Amino acid sequence: MSTHTSGLAIETAGLVKTFGETRAVDGVDLAVPAGTVYGVLGPNGAGKTTTVKMLATLLRPDEGHARVFGHDVVHEADEVRGRVSLTGQYASVDEDLTGTENLVLLGRLLGHGKAAARERGDQLLAAFGLTEAAAKQVKHYSGGMRRRIDIAASILNTPDLLFLDEPTTGLDPRSRNQVWDIVRAVVAQGTTVLLTTQYLDEADQLASRIAVIDKGRVIAEGTKGELKASVGAGSVHLRLRDAEERPEAERVLRNLLVAEVQLEPDPVALTARLGTAAGDTAADQAAKALGELARAGITVDSFSLGQPSLDEVFLALTGHDTGQSTPPGSGTDAKDEVAA
Amino acid sequence: MSTATGTENKELSPVSTESLAALLVTRERPPRPSALSTSLTFGWRAILKIKHVPEQLFDVTAFPIMNLLMFTYLFGGALAGSPGEYIQFVLPGILVMSVVMITMYTGVSVNIDIEKGVFDRIRSLPIWRPSAMVGYLLGDALRYTIASVVMLCVGLLLGYRPDGGFVGVVAGIALLLLFSFAFSWIWTMFGLMLRTEKSVMSVSMMVIFPLTFLSNVFVDPKTMPGWLQAFVNNSPITHLASAVRGLMAGDWPGVEIAWTLGWAGLFLLVFGPVTMRLYNRK
Repeated sequence: MSTHTSGLAIETAGLVKTFGETRAVDGVDLAVPAGTVYGVLGPNGAGKTTTVKMLATLLRPDEGHARVFGHDVVHEADEVRGRVSLTGQYASVDEDLTGTENLVLLGRLLGHGKAAARERGDQLLAAFGLTEAAAKQVKHYSGGMRRRIDIAASILNTPDLLFLDEPTTGLDPRSRNQVWDIVRAVVAQGTTVLLTTQYLDEADQLASRIAVIDKGRVIAEGTKGELKASVGAGSVHLRLRDAEERPEAERVLRNLLVAEVQLEPDPVALTARLGTAAGDTAADQAAKALGELARAGITVDSFSLGQPSLDEVFLALTGHDTGQSTPPGSGTDAKDEVAA
Repeated sequence: MSTATGTENKELSPVSTESLAALLVTRERPPRPSALSTSLTFGWRAILKIKHVPEQLFDVTAFPIMNLLMFTYLFGGALAGSPGEYIQFVLPGILVMSVVMITMYTGVSVNIDIEKGVFDRIRSLPIWRPSAMVGYLLGDALRYTIASVVMLCVGLLLGYRPDGGFVGVVAGIALLLLFSFAFSWIWTMFGLMLRTEKSVMSVSMMVIFPLTFLSNVFVDPKTMPGWLQAFVNNSPITHLASAVRGLMAGDWPGVEIAWTLGWAGLFLLVFGPVTMRLYNRK
């Protein structure tokens, strides 16, 4: 800790990794504050895993440097290894061994005695709802169970920094939510989490800051709010009682919000995209809009406020879409995609 | 595979975030384990794998027995008058050949393992770096011991009578295990260097067949052409086979033991660092 005063868990500058002709990581600069979930968002092949592997001391950077809690990942690799844990994209446990054996093995390698390793392993298996499967070989585990044992293995010693490389890829929505709960519990205890994901929704749900990465470069970085602000403050969806009042409602909203108004296929519904220029929050603008509509004598049956999806953010930043759809049941508003 | 579907379909118990939080509160870490401790832990991993997949013991049981029977009865009559005579000479040699041959499976298992995610986790642990590799070799030492004991038992049944008695036999096997441990670093190197399991296997065969057959395991090198004698007499396998043969016959072949240990040291010093370099760079 002696050299480390910046409060940053990770600092990288100009990180480059080349595989043959491909520059998998092409000058990545990151500053990850300690104690937060930091999302690294990008499509397949953007360089996320390669970046994580360099930070976890598994790959040597070709150029640039990276520090984890102030320790250089190349020259002080052992200090870094002592403070981080890695949950890779594919289950980072031994599939031939049972759940218990895996945890005892890693516990022993981390310096616990036999009894202590066994005890900690059993406690973790219980907390992760895996007690029944403890004596089964991991190769017989379902996808959700593998993720759990994998994360359990990563917190045998509570790490200061946990790398989660696409922790929910291939999971059903239910298992995904459970992984999210685990991540929240881990970060609530003070561990910094670096989460890579190709699911925009996942970064939105978990991360406080997000770096958007494409073709080995960081193309945007900021809080969720900042990134979303780059494509507007969000949108308000209205359902009117009477379809005949819709043209009037559209006119009122256009004048008030100076924003584009989209007529939905449903004849009583319309969506107004909220700007950021006025300095009002999305909720303020929506409240004003409702007031104006009431004065104009238009009855609003229901309304909802939608944040812009990170899909829109990605599109706005890269000019191409992610090439992947958000998983079903995602929290962001699907209607926004129409407007984008 | 029936268990797999059984587990998939069953509802998972919920994650208990409260007990998880309680577990995460502890931030204290045990002291860094010693190199010996982590190596032994990896050795334990290898033994667990044998426990879960006992079929892998086939190549340390059936294969050596087959070798012993085949060569004893194939060459025995022609080379020594009878298989009973020949086995006195050939058993230590076949023991050496079989164990040295099965060392090459180490490379294959290293190669299969590094393709899996668990390797990333192992490599990101703050432990003595070679311990994962040493662990493989410790697990393999157990396999070699099994192979040696199996062959000796079969040999005794076929009429092999070691003049060196129990002590001589144990000393011979100990030397063989020591050599195999050092020699195996060639395979860990290939396991890390080559891309596929198949290429590891074929390269290993290219090394192991000439090395074991071009030795004094089966016959006295005196009948070989001069250029071949030059190779055979200086081969590490010849030194090892002579040393083991001597020890089991109750002699003290000091020079051959010294040569064997020298070769073992050389293998370890050359291929150990190369392996670790590849391991760190992987």
